[in-house]
Amino acid sequence: MAILSEDECRAILKKALSYSKANECEINFGGSDSGNIRYARNTVSTSGALSQTNMVISSAFGKKLGVVTTNEYDDASVEKAVRLSEELAQLAPENPEFVSFLGPQTYAPRSKTFVPETAAVTPAQRTDMVDQSLKIAKDNKLIAAGFLQNSAGFSSMMNSHGLFAYNTSTDINFSVTLRSEDGTGSGYSTKGYNDVSKLNTLASTKIAAQKAAGSKGAKAIEPGKYTVILEPAAGIVLLEQLYGGLDARSADEGRSFLSKPGGKTKLGEKMVDERVNIYSDPSHPDLPTSSWTGDGRPQEKITWIEKGVVKNLNYSRYWAQKQGVKATPYPDSIIMDGGTATLEELIKGTEKGILVTRLWYIRPVDPQTLLFTGLTRDGTFYIENGQIKFPIKNLRFNESPVIMLNNLDALGKPERTVSGESSQNALIPPMRIRDFTFTSLSDAV
Amino acid sequence: MKRKDFLYLTGMGISASMLSRIPVFGSPVLPGHDMSPVDVALKKRMADVALNAARSKGATYTDVRIGRYLNQFVVTRENKVENIVDTQSYGMGIRVIANGCWGFAATDKLDNDSIAKATELAVSIAKENARIQTDPVQLIAQKGHGEVTWKTPIERNAFEVPMKEKTDLLLSVNDAAMKGGANYVNSILFLVNEQKYFASTDGSYIDQDIHRIWPTFAVTKIDSKSGKFETRQSLSAPRGMGYEYMIPRESDKIKGVTTLYRDRYDMIEDARAAATQAEQKLKAKSVEAGKYDLVLDPSHLWLTIHESVGHPTELDRVLGYEANFAGTSFLTLDKWQSGKFNFGSKNVNIVADKTQPGSLGAVGYDDEGVEAKKWDVIKDGVLVNYQAIRDQAHIIGLKESQGCCYSQSWQDVQFQRMANISLQPGKTPMGLNDMIKNVEKGIYIIGDSSFSIDQQRYNFQFSGQLYYEIKNGKIVGMLNDVAYQSNTQEFWNSCAAVCDQHDYRLGGSFFDGKGQPMQASAVSHGSSTALFKGVNVINTARKI
Repeated sequence: MAILSEDECRAILKKALSYSKANECEINFGGSDSGNIRYARNTVSTSGALSQTNMVISSAFGKKLGVVTTNEYDDASVEKAVRLSEELAQLAPENPEFVSFLGPQTYAPRSKTFVPETAAVTPAQRTDMVDQSLKIAKDNKLIAAGFLQNSAGFSSMMNSHGLFAYNTSTDINFSVTLRSEDGTGSGYSTKGYNDVSKLNTLASTKIAAQKAAGSKGAKAIEPGKYTVILEPAAGIVLLEQLYGGLDARSADEGRSFLSKPGGKTKLGEKMVDERVNIYSDPSHPDLPTSSWTGDGRPQEKITWIEKGVVKNLNYSRYWAQKQGVKATPYPDSIIMDGGTATLEELIKGTEKGILVTRLWYIRPVDPQTLLFTGLTRDGTFYIENGQIKFPIKNLRFNESPVIMLNNLDALGKPERTVSGESSQNALIPPMRIRDFTFTSLSDAV
Repeated sequence: MKRKDFLYLTGMGISASMLSRIPVFGSPVLPGHDMSPVDVALKKRMADVALNAARSKGATYTDVRIGRYLNQFVVTRENKVENIVDTQSYGMGIRVIANGCWGFAATDKLDNDSIAKATELAVSIAKENARIQTDPVQLIAQKGHGEVTWKTPIERNAFEVPMKEKTDLLLSVNDAAMKGGANYVNSILFLVNEQKYFASTDGSYIDQDIHRIWPTFAVTKIDSKSGKFETRQSLSAPRGMGYEYMIPRESDKIKGVTTLYRDRYDMIEDARAAATQAEQKLKAKSVEAGKYDLVLDPSHLWLTIHESVGHPTELDRVLGYEANFAGTSFLTLDKWQSGKFNFGSKNVNIVADKTQPGSLGAVGYDDEGVEAKKWDVIKDGVLVNYQAIRDQAHIIGLKESQGCCYSQSWQDVQFQRMANISLQPGKTPMGLNDMIKNVEKGIYIIGDSSFSIDQQRYNFQFSGQLYYEIKNGKIVGMLNDVAYQSNTQEFWNSCAAVCDQHDYRLGGSFFDGKGQPMQASAVSHGSSTALFKGVNVINTARKI
């Protein structure tokens, strides 16, 4: 379906709210169009397109809440859905943690999250972009597997206290893995943008091709503690475990790496190296995100870690009310400051170390220390005297991002990357880390 | 719906930590919303609109899936029902072959014009992609089944159980944990009902009604003095069953250091034990790293089977279709062709089974109209087969598909997913005590926890919920900070014994992730307790 305008959403939501007889009612309304191509073995495999919309109606009587959705927008269907949500609210047990919906909010001016050219991408354009990627693979006698997806959507909300919010967004994500024909080399590249014009599938595939060729003939090294350079696509999968864990309630309850004996937390304390600054900013030109959350809270620029000190935690509205603090929401994406050094310069300044281009299958091992395990993948290289000497076999690590950021050695220039685990975009630097803990070797290529 | 929006809607907050591998799809709707299936005659008419439209646009094969997917989540913590969410998702997915290439489109608007438009889009995508395709799709023949139906054989539809009965049960579970000394407890009941209709140009019109259930909890115990905390998660299994799974039955209990469950679960009893064990974990001895014999309970071993046998025997991974995300497989075609690849010891017999009663993967037909089947994958330790679908069957010389095609919803394209993959029980009579009495230095592991494996399925690391030290044939106490690392082939070759069929139980995953965009699939893995000799154990304790 078409992307509905702000006025169209406002009119639909106003009409829907007019049916409400509850103490409070809040309605979220959104939709999206998306299309994708998957390819493997140097040919297209599956692909598809999807169009969908969704209206979520929340009605409350006191602390009793009922939620219902519909995707039919004629008056009778919407009225029926509102009635159903009210019936559910009356049947539901009281939730002592229910907090009244928000009143009108002031949001920052909309960021450039929507790019018309991305919304207008056709199946033929997607095919052409993948064709460019396949050409690189074939020219280099490599085997490609990849994925390209673009989507455009709108989101809006209105409630009986007068709150209204609206946004549109587009995104296009691309990733490709190239493997040598004999299966002994593998390279990966991923890019994600709001604006299709920034995506160059050919250039991205060339990076993967270089890594695939360069990783052939990998040698085994002994597992142990090594200095590593984590490229942004590798670093993000560990960093997101850290900022994803900045939840106030679990810290206050004593069951988080942020908890301290006696019910205290590490909020306000220095936890990592003082060069670490992590924040979220919906208006950042290179990583624009929505200026409001699904429950109507403004998304503002928030500093999470400043000079290594934990400055903010995220709160549910209930927990913030209970603790008497501002209800800072979970961020949509994060930015980590870095330096000016390029990846090449970081390598040049490394006496002995390992260049890691991707980390994979990240799973928690111990929530007390935020210990995670996972493996290197698709191009791991040994560095000596400032130069890449040879490719090495993949290694399993057991490491905590807290320990990792305490062992920070150097930061490079931040760039926009995509997490291969969560698919979230982030703006982070390549990082050089001392004493990163590898515990075993893997034969996987 | 994004996961974080789901977490907000369900108000799960902290319980999110126990749900880290759970993507959730669908939209919340009212409990008691009309959940009766859509009229079959109407579905047939809608399917025929798409089949005819595709033919007229030049498709040479078409299948249509009309799906109504219902989920229910009852979410509680301590003495509170945090949320009750029913989600419903209804729509149609149309898959075509045109110019030898696949195309797919999905719509939630089910009037004739919208169906025809979505079908046209699927055909146009196929034709565009055919420009860059090298080998046309080869779809192995499948006879049409005509108009048929299949239902999960449930005793009690969990969606029809009064909500109060379900919330009362979970609150009793929480009460048992809190009275047992827990600081916190989160408990959740997940219900799934897939009402799915499949029609294809082969002449199949298949109506299926699939049910799944998963009760689970996490109990947390904190030592406020030291700041240490431990959790113990439930030892339940997600099952392809109705609410009957929630009704305890003494004959389904296996008593030991903790009670384990076959086909009926006692959630209150397990929560009571969990509270005690979480406290014991706080005081347990930190493991000394080294080689140990591992005695792995089915509540733990299912996940090791899933990752190290289930995934590497998926033919799409072997062929490279998952190279960009989930990865490939070390079980390359040459190893299978040799007919003597030594995957494991002689004790290792593994079957794929889409028919197994009570399992998550049990269906009458897969999502491309193939009847459910059962076959050997590892026979006496040797790799003998893979898991394949219709456009792969010819590659391994099959005359028909093995029926492993699945899509998580109407809006996603179906592709090869794991069948139930299970280790067969030992043929020699053997119980847990017989197994433990021959272990000199070992660890008995119960329940699943951390899991990680490389992209070709060689190197893995697993943790559990409970670890018991075995010394000279006896359990001597609890351990903590345990994880084992191994290589798949070495590990399965170290399998020295498998207990007999009396110990056989199912474990499983509600949310196995694969594909781009990622889709979830539910799959069971059965086994009896098994013994693995000389596995490398690491100590995971660190300081921050």
